[in-house]
Amino acid sequence: MLMSRRPLIMLILLVAAPMTIWFALIQGSLDIGAAQLWQSLRGNADHATAYQVIHELRLPRALSAFAVGGLLALSGALLQVLLRNPLADPYVLGISGGAAVAALLSMLGGLGIGWIRGNAFLGALASMMLVFGLSRLGAAWTHNRLLLTGVVMAAGWGALISLILALAPSAQVQSMLFWLIGDMSYSTQPGMALLALMGGLAVSLWLARALNLLLRGENTTAALGENPVYLRFVIYLVASLLTAMAVTLAGSVGFVGLVIPHLLRLLGGSDHRFLLPACVLLGGGFLTVADTLARSWTAPVPLPVGVITALLGVPVFLFLLVRSR
Amino acid sequence: MPSLRAEELSLSIAGRRLCDKLSVTLHPSENWVILGANGSGKTTLLHTFAGLRSPDGGRVYIDETAIHRMTSRQRAQHIGVLFQDPETAFPATVHETVMTGRYPHLDRWRWESKEDYRAVDMALAAVGMEGMTQRPLATLSGGERRRVEIAALLTQDAPICLLDEPTNHLDLRHQIHILELLADRARRSGHFNISVLHDVNLATRFGTHAILLFDNGEYLHGSLSEVLNRANLERLYHCRLREIRDEGTGWFLPM
Repeated sequence: MLMSRRPLIMLILLVAAPMTIWFALIQGSLDIGAAQLWQSLRGNADHATAYQVIHELRLPRALSAFAVGGLLALSGALLQVLLRNPLADPYVLGISGGAAVAALLSMLGGLGIGWIRGNAFLGALASMMLVFGLSRLGAAWTHNRLLLTGVVMAAGWGALISLILALAPSAQVQSMLFWLIGDMSYSTQPGMALLALMGGLAVSLWLARALNLLLRGENTTAALGENPVYLRFVIYLVASLLTAMAVTLAGSVGFVGLVIPHLLRLLGGSDHRFLLPACVLLGGGFLTVADTLARSWTAPVPLPVGVITALLGVPVFLFLLVRSR
Repeated sequence: MPSLRAEELSLSIAGRRLCDKLSVTLHPSENWVILGANGSGKTTLLHTFAGLRSPDGGRVYIDETAIHRMTSRQRAQHIGVLFQDPETAFPATVHETVMTGRYPHLDRWRWESKEDYRAVDMALAAVGMEGMTQRPLATLSGGERRRVEIAALLTQDAPICLLDEPTNHLDLRHQIHILELLADRARRSGHFNISVLHDVNLATRFGTHAILLFDNGEYLHGSLSEVLNRANLERLYHCRLREIRDEGTGWFLPM
């Protein structure tokens, strides 16, 4: 039942993903028709303004949104298996907290967007290594220990974030809040994120069948011929790097990483060879649409995309959850 | 013809000796039973046989290959393990769970073939779960989940099966049905089982050989008729037993 549905879901997602990009490109304050958009995309610069708006503003932003959505959904799916906890999301282990503290401190110091990004990435890496190192100290490395360490670290970062917000001059608080909710206004260079997304997907697909074993537990994984310790280490590393990349580009956009994997499990089951690529497509498409709405819905006032993801996603997910029983 | 040989196997947990220099060879077509009191090291011994735990001393061989020299994939093609308790249920269907048994037989990028699907269907039918293939695990009862785990083990189709309390959670009918199924399997050429059991009478009914794990690392092993008598069992469980003879078979009841 679930299995026979998978090819259809995959096909729909493959068709829908480019359509979300198209939607993002055609929406905006400058009215660009479909024909003109197509011309610009094919490299025809006859209409200079349209060409510029498409290539310098809308396309990079749409691709950034797609990459971030894909990264978050993929990372969420991986962390849910790693922690064997359906409530896990990309931020549960405190990676975004580390990034946020570094980013907010950079803003407080008046650094430019490039520095904010760089520091956010470093903050994410530092948090990732701290959690990993601390969770291994002393006792054996179990998923509960990792989860506890991560959750406590996240709480610690949360306290620091509140402290910074309380001390920051009020002129800076708004941009800090946008960063914390998740905002793509400055996401103009999708290259790295797209590369990370493809790399992450490749590694995850390489491990996809082994992840199916991990659902049955560590002992069974070992008995069926995979090393669970090595497997978990790789997943932790990949999921953390994907999250770090996403957070660096867009701040902590909520909801995507938790709900997209769940939604796809409800629709098509938990085989990771289906689930992981589907997460990338649906997460990417979903965030592209959400970000387009975020910048056009209340234009000229932009909204942080994190607000839209939650407003759109919560009712859809609840509907599916209620119906699935 | 695979055989499993333990050579001077010593096991201990938290400084407590579980078995001391156990040497035993298990041959095809034998249905072994491991008996012992709580905490006597039955599960530890089983996991060591499976190559999932390294012993404090001695070695385990499959045929003439030391088990720690096999790749984990080779091991999974030779040995299937049923664990005492399934770990937490993450959302997955019965069919998906049973299909994981095919893992050691499939290359990384190959999708399951018709034969793999047939193996899953046959295993589910064998444990009487054929009508529930699309059910999420979370909706099953304890006994049904146990049968799903056993079906996954059958799907793995390993010549050696190591079973930790296979009758856990099963009602009387299914206890007998599953143990019969497993005993039939052990009779096939090249196959054998080792089961940890708590029910002495089920052991007498289905086993052919037994390992008895006493305190202080002592052990006994041999054919069932040699080792399974009242004196040994009373020493094993530290309680008085009554033996009831019925048509040549002895049944043991605690007093």
